[in-house]
Amino acid sequence: MDKQRAREIIAKRVAKELKDGDVVNLGIGLPTMVANYIPDGIDIILQSENGFIGLGPVSKSGEEDKDLINAGGQPVTIKPGGAFFDSATSFAIIRGGHVDATVLGALQVDEKGNLANWMIPGKMVPGMGGAMDLVVGAKKVIIAMEHTAKGKPKILKECTLPLTAAGQVNLIITEMAVIEVTERGLVLKELGPEATIEDVKANTEADLIIADDLKKMEI
Amino acid sequence: MSKNKLISVEQAVDYIKDGMTVMIGGFLGVGSPNKIIDALVKKGVKDLTLIANDTAFPEVAIGKLIVNKQIKKVIASHIGTNKETGRQMTEGETEVELIPQGTLAERIRAAGAGLGGILTPTGIGTVVEEGKRKIEIDGKEYLLELPLKADIALIKGAKVDKNGNVYYRNSARNFNPIMAMAADLVIVEAEEIVEIGEIDPNEVITPGIFVDYIVRGDE
Repeated sequence: MDKQRAREIIAKRVAKELKDGDVVNLGIGLPTMVANYIPDGIDIILQSENGFIGLGPVSKSGEEDKDLINAGGQPVTIKPGGAFFDSATSFAIIRGGHVDATVLGALQVDEKGNLANWMIPGKMVPGMGGAMDLVVGAKKVIIAMEHTAKGKPKILKECTLPLTAAGQVNLIITEMAVIEVTERGLVLKELGPEATIEDVKANTEADLIIADDLKKMEI
Repeated sequence: MSKNKLISVEQAVDYIKDGMTVMIGGFLGVGSPNKIIDALVKKGVKDLTLIANDTAFPEVAIGKLIVNKQIKKVIASHIGTNKETGRQMTEGETEVELIPQGTLAERIRAAGAGLGGILTPTGIGTVVEEGKRKIEIDGKEYLLELPLKADIALIKGAKVDKNGNVYYRNSARNFNPIMAMAADLVIVEAEEIVEIGEIDPNEVITPGIFVDYIVRGDE
């Protein structure tokens, strides 16, 4: 499957997890694409960690506002009814449990719901930005990522990279699977449009419990 | 009659001496006091400890101070958008302390609010907890994070009256209001300076008592 198709499947499936009225924070990159696939009739309120709710689409060329960007630095818009605030308030919203769901990418995620997505020692140390607060504070943490990296599993028995947070991930959505993190371990709930159980197992290092009601992903 | 707070940008940078700790507002350059930063670059004040959310981009705002090697230590949540910060860190030229964004905001707020620290769940189970006290409240673990203050805060407002009351615009607010409370000396760069009474007291975001001096910006 080509990368673009995989990313589209993931973004579409994540969008279905969001409920009307949810306050949602989308990470940079693939998670941002989720906003393009919110079903009709579902209104979600996007939070931007740099200080507002009501995040709208990226600005049209020529209509950029020098004082209005998203957390990735892109010029964006704010929807009617939105609000601006300072960084302490922004993270009170995030840490205080006022965000219903956060969608982030991952370098690694493991059986215990541990997440590593902020650094590769000696190679890439950009900083955690708001990721550690988001993962600890949001009511639901959804990891949206391609199932493997250069053919190697990213869903592991135990993360080897420095953690972003311990035991906070609730759901993992890839182009191959929807996997829920439970106290019993990782439960395979849905298969991607082109995936079999064997495919998922072959590309996952962690042990998987197959759900009794295993379904095909609806996208 | 309160003192005249209006000073030139040259007078402003005269307050900033080698080795000082300086907080600078902004998120990826949005909401940063660019005229003061440019004057700092020109003057070449060095060995500064910088407290900021991020180090922007090499040619933008705070990023210029990094490129010009005026910073001894960076305390920030994210440096990934400025490759020069990463290079200086890797080669041991500049010390970098990375702090989760919400913790950075609360540590600054704590300093301004006279608090002895804050307790946050962010960073538990990660490298962030190393060397910090853990305190259990009602069965949940928190990290004790200490206040973070500066000698000087450099902030940026959209509209500032001659009393120093500040009104911010859009996502340019970010860290500016909390930094205005956490430094011995606070200088605001104003896009527009207005007479006392021209900003409705209901719309003042940073009360003028926090602001020592006002510099006229270029925008």
